Amino acid sequence: MAMAESDPNVAGTIPRALAGRRFGDRAFKWFTLLMALTVFVLIVLIGCELADGSHLALRQFGWRFLVSSEWDPVSEQFGALPFVFGTLVSSAIGLIIAVPLSIATAVYLTELAPQWLRQPLTIFIELLAAVPSVILGLWGIFVMVPWLRVHLFPWLKGAFGFLPLFQGPIYGLSMLAGGIIIAIMVLPIITSMSREILRSVPGLQREAAYALGATRWEVTRIAVLSYAKKGLFGAVILGLGRALGETMAVTMVIGNNTQIAASLFAPGNTLASAIANQFAEATGDVYLSALFELGLVLLGVTVLVNAFAQLILKTFAGPSVTPQN
Amino acid sequence: MTAPNHRRRRFKNALMQVFTCVCAVLVTLPLFLVFFYLLKSGIGAVNGHFFTQLPAPPGETGGGMANAIVGTFELLGLAALVGVPVGVLGGVFLSEYGHSRLNWWVRFAADVLNGVPSIIWGMVVYGLIVRHGLGLNLFGAQVGLIDRGYSAWAGGLVLGLMMIPLIMRTSEEVLRLVPNGYREAALALGIAQWRTVVQIVVRTALKGIITGILLALARVAGETAPLIFTAFGNQFWNRSLADPIAALPLQIYYYAIGPYEDWHRQAWAGALVLLLLITVINVSVRVLTRDRFSQRHS
Amino acid sequence: MPFTSNRTPAVPTPASAATPAAPATASPALTIRNLTVSFGTNKVLKGVSLDIAARAVTAIIGPSGCGKSTFLRALNRLHELVPEARMEGDIRLFGEDIYGAAVEPVVVRRRVGMVFQKSNPFPTMSIADNVTVGLRLNGLRNRTLLAERTEQSLRMAALWDEVKDRLNAPAISLSGGQQQRLCIARALAVKPEVLLMDEPASALDPLATAKIEDLILELKRDFTIVIVTHNMQQAARISDLTAFFYLGELIEYNTTTKIFTNPAKKQTEDYVTGRFG
Repeated sequence: MAMAESDPNVAGTIPRALAGRRFGDRAFKWFTLLMALTVFVLIVLIGCELADGSHLALRQFGWRFLVSSEWDPVSEQFGALPFVFGTLVSSAIGLIIAVPLSIATAVYLTELAPQWLRQPLTIFIELLAAVPSVILGLWGIFVMVPWLRVHLFPWLKGAFGFLPLFQGPIYGLSMLAGGIIIAIMVLPIITSMSREILRSVPGLQREAAYALGATRWEVTRIAVLSYAKKGLFGAVILGLGRALGETMAVTMVIGNNTQIAASLFAPGNTLASAIANQFAEATGDVYLSALFELGLVLLGVTVLVNAFAQLILKTFAGPSVTPQN
Repeated sequence: MTAPNHRRRRFKNALMQVFTCVCAVLVTLPLFLVFFYLLKSGIGAVNGHFFTQLPAPPGETGGGMANAIVGTFELLGLAALVGVPVGVLGGVFLSEYGHSRLNWWVRFAADVLNGVPSIIWGMVVYGLIVRHGLGLNLFGAQVGLIDRGYSAWAGGLVLGLMMIPLIMRTSEEVLRLVPNGYREAALALGIAQWRTVVQIVVRTALKGIITGILLALARVAGETAPLIFTAFGNQFWNRSLADPIAALPLQIYYYAIGPYEDWHRQAWAGALVLLLLITVINVSVRVLTRDRFSQRHS
Repeated sequence: MPFTSNRTPAVPTPASAATPAAPATASPALTIRNLTVSFGTNKVLKGVSLDIAARAVTAIIGPSGCGKSTFLRALNRLHELVPEARMEGDIRLFGEDIYGAAVEPVVVRRRVGMVFQKSNPFPTMSIADNVTVGLRLNGLRNRTLLAERTEQSLRMAALWDEVKDRLNAPAISLSGGQQQRLCIARALAVKPEVLLMDEPASALDPLATAKIEDLILELKRDFTIVIVTHNMQQAARISDLTAFFYLGELIEYNTTTKIFTNPAKKQTEDYVTGRFG
């Protein structure tokens, strides 16, 4: 130190002793760690609150809750089956419509569309993703459902009326309308996810196929789609996760009738729509507890589906995105 | 390669071009339909009263959504208080510190949380605050933090919690884009690491972080389901953050499923205003990011 | 980027006897003994020992991957940013062990500054803010002193006359050569005793390079400078002493004149005459 102080340049105004504490560094690091760990706290909190809210129903109905189709607030008998059924059916309808459209659009956006069109189309899709569920529901009630009732449903009934799916009276508000609105909600999600995945296909893959004299579509099919298959599957599962939990728009067009009907024209209910719709009127403790249990079921299903989707997407993304373990 | 085969391949190529193009049109169609009907049915009710008056009593015509508009901004402000610090600092941890395995789990948990349906978040905060109130038991003495019942606090909290994983992931991504040379340069000046992170790294990525925050706000601004359980809605001005508070999406929902023609008209107007707000945020974010990229290239 | 100081105490090994004798210097600024640095299982430096003369320019030359940059970074503990980095050996700055148990790397770096290959002024800050950032973020608030130090540092970096009228302009508005001199001014502002330069002119055009070289000759009156360069003419022009590294080992260390005119080792001769590889 004596050496250093004899140096005229060391006449500094900031401390120069080599020894010292690193309290600031450590405190900051631990604080950010704490903030990062809140994600685990939130997961635990969600599980605990739902379990706590539903303990009355859990105790009273046990596993029967999942398979019973009785939902009678007056006699306080509750079963989740109609809602599980409605959730699965409406999500299935949504995905059947949305998956081919989304993936084809993603292919168009990344491979086939003229360059000038790609940017604006992408922006439109991102804006569609930003439309709140409640606004889509509003549009659904007043524009889509009347149109379905007058045009699409009667036509479907005429053409496919021999199937039990398309029989019975047409109200407009229905399982099918719920499925269609779910399709609109998940379209932009699956499309933008698929687009990211297709864009991540290495250019070398395409060039190799072009070098063989393949047409644009052939390049897409051989080099791009086969390479991206797993990632696209992940995108679809992610869309499923979203479809299962979609609430407001579905609540507004599905009809909110607790039943298990073969016909898609019949009104139905999903787990999420039942909670949103009946929450305000749930006066009894057991009733409220049963709604919480519906939430618990919904949480379990969506977390499993989402975790599955994330695992697929993370393994697809490869070493550039996933950190090495 | 024979000629007929070639022609068939060319035909198939053209066919797929057309097919995927039609799909793209179908996917974007709802956006235009929604915008068209919002303008058509909503523009008539967007007037001075809409922005300045309280909702009219049921059955009467007129009135506005002034309280819901202000309420939405209040809720977003409260949400930012919760979501921004936790999200940004969590993102700092992921990008600047950490251990690759721990980081993998944090990212995974954040991504899973992003997929939790919004209605579930609503139930959680209902259970946490609305039903019992939030308090601390300090050495036997009960300290109440938030009283039980529907409140602006609960509404802000639920939106804020939903923002945490969103902001954490976007912050991490933009912080990783900061070239390592800046960190090295700052450390080589003898600047402490935490100051390097806060004043050099975060500052360099600030535009990207703000972009992420704005996108998260735009995302939760339209949330309805969680507010049903927490903010609840209010036909009047919110006098205290401990009282229920109105919000645009809630008001749209209640009016849309209500029986009156005038309510429907106002629901359209509210939806138009809400969607414009969200679109403005999205578009301004786009301008911000374009700026950021041009700066990086210079 | 956790700081991990994985360091085992220096053990005098017989190998140290075989390392090249350093040219005699009265009071070396840095004494390096048996420096070994590895990243994971990859040993990048193998038992390097040398003395860095105070107030002189020492050039480190050698082919790519010989450990030049790692050597430089070990001198201000910047290699610790790589999580799996490990170092062994002993480095003393004017007699003080910079890897001592109670020593903060932050303070080491204040006394041993660094200029990088790619100029990296902070993009969000003005020219003046870039110069004073090291002082401000270490708690110096006095405006007069900061302004004084700004002018002094920019003058030392021969940049003052070019920027004195636009000190509040963004730093990234400067040309490449100016940006690099700004980085030098930034490093000088905290008044380091040693200035490490990692190929500071390799990304610049000849004119800008000449300015940097003049500057280095100017600065050695007050500072101890260690410069890594792959440009042998540059090393010959500006340095007093030259160390030749090859595959992580110090092959030869002597006065620059001796290294370039009459090297003792065959490998050195091959390298400086361009017959290498």
